[in-house]
Amino acid sequence: MLTKRIIPCLDVKDGRTVKGTNFLQLRDAGDPVELAARYSDEGADELVFLDISATLEGRKTFLQMVECVAEAIQIPFTVGGGISTVDDAGRALDAGADKVSLNSAALARPSFIDEASKRVGSQSVVVAIDVKRSNGSWTVWTKAGTESTGKDALLWADEVVQRGAGELLVTSMDRDGTTEGYDVELLKAISDRVSVPLIASGGAGNKEHLRDAILLGHADAVLAASIFHYNRISISELKSFLHDNNIPVRT
Amino acid sequence: MIGIINYGAGNIRSVSNALNRLSVQHFVSNNCNELNKADKLIFPGVGEARSAMDALIRTGLADWLKEVTVPFLGICLGMQLLFEYTTERATECLGIISGTNERFYSGQSQLKVPHMGWNQIQQNSKNPLFSRIKSGENFYFVHSYYAPIVPATIGVTDYDVQFTSAIQQKNYYGVQFHPEKSSKEGLQLLKNFIELC
Repeated sequence: MLTKRIIPCLDVKDGRTVKGTNFLQLRDAGDPVELAARYSDEGADELVFLDISATLEGRKTFLQMVECVAEAIQIPFTVGGGISTVDDAGRALDAGADKVSLNSAALARPSFIDEASKRVGSQSVVVAIDVKRSNGSWTVWTKAGTESTGKDALLWADEVVQRGAGELLVTSMDRDGTTEGYDVELLKAISDRVSVPLIASGGAGNKEHLRDAILLGHADAVLAASIFHYNRISISELKSFLHDNNIPVRT
Repeated sequence: MIGIINYGAGNIRSVSNALNRLSVQHFVSNNCNELNKADKLIFPGVGEARSAMDALIRTGLADWLKEVTVPFLGICLGMQLLFEYTTERATECLGIISGTNERFYSGQSQLKVPHMGWNQIQQNSKNPLFSRIKSGENFYFVHSYYAPIVPATIGVTDYDVQFTSAIQQKNYYGVQFHPEKSSKEGLQLLKNFIELC
């Protein structure tokens, strides 16, 4: 049976993880490669790296980091942040990433999704959707959640899948950073209407939240950042909890 | 020396990284004469079957692949192409192993396609490829088409249907999953291929 995936997410700026961690065992908590190796050893099923550098120099450093990560770990990983052309996507995959995550550029020019999936294959194209609730519906936001697009999240999910997205990374902006739990209603609404896997993101604070994203939100994978970085939950502890709740996980 | 067959179908670097991990000497080539010098061959593949077959025919690799006598490991699409045919853009494949690859059916079961993530391999025969790997171990998959179960099948995986996740016919080995992305067990499998097959 296909297992549910646990995915730690690392925000990277100028080649360093931004929030850092309180893993005392790490020599350098800011080194994304070392952190990636640590998560991989602990049993993470996949990793996501988001480049939040704003400069060209930062982007180059990020690609070098992708190469180092690919050499250091033997699990799949996705990279995102600032991928706006097919060449950007190609470069990230050539550097050793398995998937690229598209966001603002896909909203600005939806045909980018078609082009990217034709060039690198749907299985390597993740579309990230940042969502906020407004007046009883869900709206897609862009540019790191600073600007509303006015697009309905459910319709946008349909469109990106039809254009060739192989997976969706759905973040509730209302929940992100709150540690109050994922927006399971949003996750379920999207997961049940698309044929591709869905990664839940935004709001994880405890083990129960991750369980609920899977059981109630019908997520195929769960992404979290701070709960892992700050060692609030270890991946092995989380997996045995999910296993006890009859959720198939890789142990 | 291991030869990695390069026909522009992705994940070469990941395979190369994994072999470096194992300190195994290897080279990457799309040239038959070069590849003939290899003791063993790895045939990776990510992407779409028709473009891959077109590239193999264009480079003359397609005919050469059928005559290979050294141990050979096809990965993912590289395994599927060993079969006769795939419904992915109605593509004739290499025809080394009988059978047709078909697409997972999303339909009423609301099955998510691609089949993406870690799933178990049930070993249905003892094979050196699985040495020191227990039956039921998880490996990483990402694919939308699957190979049928045939006499050469050595590993089976369940995703709505049961399909071939590992195969061996004479010197041709194939795995649907990505050993180069499957953590320690994946490295063990590559090591087995290199040392025991």
